[in-house]
Amino acid sequence: MVNLIWFFLLITGIFFAAVNGRIEVVTYAALKAAENAVQISFELIGIMALWLGIIKLAEEAGIVDLIALIVRPITGYLFPSVPRDHPAMGAIVLNLSANMLGLGNAATPFGLKAMAELQKLNPQKDEASEAMCTFLALNTSCITLIPATIIGVRAANGSADPTSIVGTTIFATCCATVAAVTADRLFRSYWKRKKRG
Amino acid sequence: MVEVIIQEISKWAIPTLFFLIPSFAFLKGVKVYEAFVEGAQEGFNTAIKIIPFLVGMLVAIGVFRSSGALDAFTKLLRPITDILYIPGEVIPLAIMRPLSGGAALGAAAELIKTHGPDSFIGVLASTMQGSTDTTFYVLTVYFGSVGIVKYRYSAAVGLIADIVGFLASVFICNIVFNN
Repeated sequence: MVNLIWFFLLITGIFFAAVNGRIEVVTYAALKAAENAVQISFELIGIMALWLGIIKLAEEAGIVDLIALIVRPITGYLFPSVPRDHPAMGAIVLNLSANMLGLGNAATPFGLKAMAELQKLNPQKDEASEAMCTFLALNTSCITLIPATIIGVRAANGSADPTSIVGTTIFATCCATVAAVTADRLFRSYWKRKKRG
Repeated sequence: MVEVIIQEISKWAIPTLFFLIPSFAFLKGVKVYEAFVEGAQEGFNTAIKIIPFLVGMLVAIGVFRSSGALDAFTKLLRPITDILYIPGEVIPLAIMRPLSGGAALGAAAELIKTHGPDSFIGVLASTMQGSTDTTFYVLTVYFGSVGIVKYRYSAAVGLIADIVGFLASVFICNIVFNN
C-alpha cells in the first residue's frame, strides 16, 4: 500500500505540474525536499540524544518498568504479542503520554525507543510486527489533551476564546483513536487468516 | 482560565521530567551522568538511519504539494463535501494533514487568519489540526528508524483514522458551533 501511495503522489505531482505548465517546480521541490529530509534528521540528533539519555536514566532507576507494570491491564489487551513486563511497554506509554500533552519533541525519541524494543521481538526484521502496527495506529490517531500549537495560533489571531476548540478536538481525536484501534484489530485478524492461506 | 492552566502545564512538563527522572535515578544509586551518556549515544545512529526513508517520502510529498494537484483534488471532492456540509475551504487542509505537518499547520493558520479564529471555518480548521497526527511522517520515521520497509496494513489504518477524525471534526463543530 505504501508503495502505491508513494508512486501516486510522485506521478500525479509530475502530471499536474506538466498540465499546469510549471514542470520546473518538480525539480525544485524534489531537491528541496531531499535537503529538508537531511536537515530534519540532523536536528533530531541532539533531541534524540538528550531524550534517550533521560530514558536510560528512567530505565536504570526502574521507572520504565514501573510504568509498564501500572498500565499492564490496558497494554495487555492492546498488545497481546508483547510479554507483559517488556520494556517496550514503558516506552510506548511514555510516547503516548508525551503525545497527549502535546510534547512533540519528547514524543519522537520515546516512540523510536519503543520501536527499537518492539523490533527485538520481531521475527521478520524487514516487516512490521502486529504490535508495531497497533502502536502506530494509536500513535497517529492519538488523543490530544492539549493542542498547544493551534491554541497559540488562535490567540495570536485575536480569538475571543482560544481554547474553545479543546472539547471538539478531544471528541474528534477519540473518534479517530477508536476507529484506528478497531481497524487495526480487523486488519490483524484478516492478515492472519490470509497468511495461513 | 483554561488557557492559563494549559500554558502552565506546557511550560512545566519538561522541566518537571528533567527534575524527577534524574533525582529518582540518583536516589536509586544509578551513576547518573554515565548512564545518561550511554543512552545518548544511540541518538546519532537512530537519527541518521531515517535519512533515506525521509528523503523518499518527503520528495514525493514535496512534488505533489508544489504541482497544483491539490487544487484539482479539491475540485474533484467538492460535490461529495457539499452533500456532507463540509466547507470546501478546509479540503486542502484535510488532504495535507496526513502528509505534511508543516504544510497543514500553515494551511490551518491561513484559514484562521482569513476567516477569523472564531468563525465556523476557523474552529473547524483548529479542531482538524489538533485531532490527528501527520500519519506519513510518523510511519516513515518510526519504521525507518528500525529499517522496516514492509508496513503491512499500517498506512491503511492511519488513513482510516485520519478520515474518521476529519468527519468527526466536521460533525462535532456543526453541533457545537454552528447554530
